[in-house]
Amino acid sequence: MNPLLPFEWIAAFRFMREGLSQTLLIITGVALGVAVIVFMSALLSGLQSNIIRRTLNSQAPIVVLPPEQLARPLRQGGVAVTVQPRSQKLRSIDQWQKIRADIERMPDVTEVTPVVSGPGFALRGNATKAVTLIGIEPESYLRVIALAEKVIQGDITLTSTDIVIGTELAKDLGAGLGDKLRVSTASGAVETLRVTGIFDFGNKAVNGRNVFVGLRTAQSLLNLVGGVSSLEIKIRDPFAAETIAQAIYAETGLLADSWIKTNAQFFTAIAAQSLSNTVIRFFVGLTAALGIASVLVVSVVQKSKEIGILRAMGTSRGQILRLFLVQGGAMGLAGSMLGSLLGYVFLLVWQGVARNPDGTPLFSIEIPPLLFLAAAVGATLVGILSAVVPARQAARLDPAVAIRG
Amino acid sequence: MVETTVPGDAGPPSAPAADTLRLGGVCKSYGVGTPVENEVLHGIDLALRPGEFAALVGPSGGGKSTLLSLMGLLDRPSAGSLHILGEDTGKLNDSQLTRLRGSAIGFVFQYHHLLPAFTALENVMMPILAARGRPDRDMRDTAAALLDQVGLTPWRDHLANNISGGQQQRVAVARALAMQPSLVLADEPTGNLDTKTADGVFDTLRRVNEASHTTFLIVTHDPRLAQRCDRIIDLVDGRIVSDRANVAR
Repeated sequence: MNPLLPFEWIAAFRFMREGLSQTLLIITGVALGVAVIVFMSALLSGLQSNIIRRTLNSQAPIVVLPPEQLARPLRQGGVAVTVQPRSQKLRSIDQWQKIRADIERMPDVTEVTPVVSGPGFALRGNATKAVTLIGIEPESYLRVIALAEKVIQGDITLTSTDIVIGTELAKDLGAGLGDKLRVSTASGAVETLRVTGIFDFGNKAVNGRNVFVGLRTAQSLLNLVGGVSSLEIKIRDPFAAETIAQAIYAETGLLADSWIKTNAQFFTAIAAQSLSNTVIRFFVGLTAALGIASVLVVSVVQKSKEIGILRAMGTSRGQILRLFLVQGGAMGLAGSMLGSLLGYVFLLVWQGVARNPDGTPLFSIEIPPLLFLAAAVGATLVGILSAVVPARQAARLDPAVAIRG
Repeated sequence: MVETTVPGDAGPPSAPAADTLRLGGVCKSYGVGTPVENEVLHGIDLALRPGEFAALVGPSGGGKSTLLSLMGLLDRPSAGSLHILGEDTGKLNDSQLTRLRGSAIGFVFQYHHLLPAFTALENVMMPILAARGRPDRDMRDTAAALLDQVGLTPWRDHLANNISGGQQQRVAVARALAMQPSLVLADEPTGNLDTKTADGVFDTLRRVNEASHTTFLIVTHDPRLAQRCDRIIDLVDGRIVSDRANVAR
């Protein structure tokens, strides 16, 4: 007997060792359940974080835009008037430096970068392509959007005469690194810029349409000198985007679009996935709990005489209660450890099997250590909870009746 | 055989503290308040003095087991008083009863009811372990000494299921003595054993009684064993019909 262990623990472990085959069976059952939960959770969270990372690589979590211009009827009441919505011309955010500083001071915001974007044309020789001009401040912009890792040729330093274009546009215009393009806009401004970088976002439309230039270059081309058309914001927790966007709206009165709002369908899918995952977890947990409970109920019936004797010897109801709770918890914990190991092996096998045609993993699965901890704590709690009914049954046994049988 | 009335039982009650156990007008009914209410014990008066070695005999269904349950604080009387070591048990709550039962009373049953997952020595340690919470050297020594007293030292590390029936019952006796109780209640302690083994176990009880001055009450159907006790109490239909000192011994 281990002198460090209290009576309840010693008796609980001896009882479990005594019914070893039952104990092992139920631990295996719990382990399989935990393995399924660990495997599914890691798979789903890996899948989701993969998609989210890909989305956020090309899109800022929050974009702040100037407020929409509204048409105001000049005459009020009496006369029937139709108010047509106004056309929205490209405008700057009023006092954007101050607003940028205000937003940067918000606790969850890690970076704010100014962007000037608008339509234009890229011309080279006889070819003309419509493009979206994006004027950026590379230093801060790269901290919001992972553009640097998408640049496959050249770099993204962007002096006032530089332009970075996509692979598709480069092909259409027949332009390579160091070649010159003319860029014109509706305001009539024209600039000749040198291609210093070519990017690939893995999206044909983006690669053919977006071009990056320096902030000042875009300002002069789009006739927005000194202004910016939007502020792009990076935050600590991408899932808090909507709340933070609303806080920004409340503070500045500017339109603040979160990626959660602009990708609403995607989030509906993720929510549905998470819900089904939760439902499956619940039923797997319930099955494991019922398994543990049934083993312990049988054990209480089998051992009722011994329990009666223990009670006659002066063992308290509380001690008997704890004796069975410890058994439930221990079975849950042992099952979860074995199950975590099993789930980990499943994941490794899955990563080996599910590959792209070129041999790279289909997507990287993250195996957070916290998941295993959560599985261990969860299974132990489920074990203890499922032991409550049999433990109370044991504690309530009338020793006189139990001994007589 | 000469029958005499045991003094102290009749007449004016002596101070309760002098008795290990004292029952005053104890009744026990089952199904109280239902149409099948059934009184099993009718006004039992009985006292056991320290160091007594008494037999409780009588036909089956006479209430012996019920009386034993009450004396062992496994159940409460419907009426009457029950003093253990001078303490009025009617005034104690359930957990106080459990504590008193653990410290003052030892049980030996017809079937040994040892815990098969534990060795002989550990089974003897069990009541002390339950009371103290954690195992220690001292309770191990106490248990070893008790096993030695019942002659089982060579078997102390065998699992309870791996020793013979007589040995198991002797372990149960040692376990009953673990808390150094003032009173040992034995319900047909030799009922499952052959005559020779039964004699061995009975001798063990007798020896312990003489060595430690512990009070013993033994329920038995075996007139031969009853005759070897100092006092014979006969319980028929819930009433004590005779209570005599066994001077033939």
